[in-house]
Amino acid sequence: MEYINLVFEEVYKILFLLVPVLVSVAMIVWLDRRVWAFVQKRQGPNVVGPFGLLQSLADALKYIFKEIIIPASSNKIIFILAPIITMTLALIAWAVIPFGEDQVLANINVGILYIFAVSSLGVYGIIMGGWASNSKYPFLGSIRSAAQMVSYEVSIGIIIINVLLCVGSLNLSDIVLAQQKIWFIIPLFPMFIIFFISALAETNRPPFDLPEAEAELVAGYQTEYSGMMYAMFWLGEYANILLMCALGSILFLGGWLSPIDLYPFNLIPGAIWLILKILLLFILFALVKAVVPRYRYDQLMRLGWKIFLPFSLTYVVLTASYLFYFNLLPTL
Amino acid sequence: MVAHAIFFYVFSIIAVISAIMVTVSKNTVHSVFFLILDFISISCLFIMIGAEFLGMIMLIVYVGAVAVLFLFVVMMLNVAQQKNQWFNSEATSSSHIPIGLIISTIIFFELIIVVGGWKYKPELSDQNINQISNEISNTHSLGQVLYTDYIHIFQISGMILLIAMIGAIVLTFRRREGVKTQSYLKQISRERSEGIEVLEVQSNKGVKIDD
Repeated sequence: MEYINLVFEEVYKILFLLVPVLVSVAMIVWLDRRVWAFVQKRQGPNVVGPFGLLQSLADALKYIFKEIIIPASSNKIIFILAPIITMTLALIAWAVIPFGEDQVLANINVGILYIFAVSSLGVYGIIMGGWASNSKYPFLGSIRSAAQMVSYEVSIGIIIINVLLCVGSLNLSDIVLAQQKIWFIIPLFPMFIIFFISALAETNRPPFDLPEAEAELVAGYQTEYSGMMYAMFWLGEYANILLMCALGSILFLGGWLSPIDLYPFNLIPGAIWLILKILLLFILFALVKAVVPRYRYDQLMRLGWKIFLPFSLTYVVLTASYLFYFNLLPTL
Repeated sequence: MVAHAIFFYVFSIIAVISAIMVTVSKNTVHSVFFLILDFISISCLFIMIGAEFLGMIMLIVYVGAVAVLFLFVVMMLNVAQQKNQWFNSEATSSSHIPIGLIISTIIFFELIIVVGGWKYKPELSDQNINQISNEISNTHSLGQVLYTDYIHIFQISGMILLIAMIGAIVLTFRRREGVKTQSYLKQISRERSEGIEVLEVQSNKGVKIDD
């Protein structure tokens, strides 16, 4: 009986986390399109519901009622597994995101490694989708995407090392609490810029959306997908984008901490601050999509390996020597 | 404890079955996917015995990077066809299987010998009992040992990996003739004045463009 209660409690907690995440994914798609339209002096989705807020729900309804077409020559099991894996991986990473002190589903010691591992697994959804479709465009798209994600993971990993040098712990709550004096965006500002660009590349957002470059590859690895399976890819992608925004705000913008530690700001719960920071980063993501043209593939690879990797490695050495020289290295 | 045991058996059964499926499955790409499943369940087992750092590194390095390269190679080379040729044609099937059997029996007996002769150094095990404490997370304790007592071994293994990487690049690098390279600096620093020339074109005469 005790076990069953425990299981129910955990399920309740998980639902309490996942349902808001899924709803906010739907809202974030609407926000993305509105910001995009705003930059281009259009209206964007503004018909369904107030300000068009329910547009994403209408789209989801449309996807649910569409027929799922599975190509005859595809590898059916892997074809069906691919969107499921993408969406599951995008959602399970949220387990370790802290929304406040002790407001976290799983406060594990190696939280940042867990997020890093899950986001590096995300590439499998794309490879499986592209390979199982048994068609040229998806395969090309998935190979591009895999190479791109593996390359930019390296630079994200080294940026995380920079932050960890200043914190001395792999726990996400400890990372936030280490920023009580100063947010890491100030001492590590160049790393924040590189993290932002790498996050764009890692989540296949424009200007790095080469895997689904519609002018060359139709829709990349999603070409053969339809109906709910396409919608799952799409949900997973946006959940990943939100996750990257959350990671950026935890690593550099002080997570749930309020910007000024003064009376009226202290009263606002930490979760609100974290959500505001995530939204700020997401609006930046959306603005970049509207403003910047797409990169060429060789330039993308050059940027990752020849510019970001050496620069962030140098910055690791600089950070470490600075902390060592001024005796600021974190202790146990 | 019961839940712990259930999870242990679930993960280990998945690990064993997927390890068998790696060798048995007909499609090579499926083999790689089973290998990935095997890696994941092994890292779950690592996490269950409290080695969370090792489990996560296993996920990041093996599943996130190494297995992706495996998948690339297998998908690109179309090994599935070759495998069918090996095992279906009657002439060659007998020549591969005996060698495989011999090698696997040798490895099996080696493992038995190693496991049979397994012994901890008595002073080492005493030290370990003293050192492990619940207050320090195992990432911290790993770092404290790795970067103090074993720093030289750690650095040397890093150097060996670096040399292996450079060696692989040197061995496979071919300087090809007649490859056009693009200079990003040149492309960016192009001005309108060097790229465009405005000419007066007279009718019926045209202009001569020198390439």
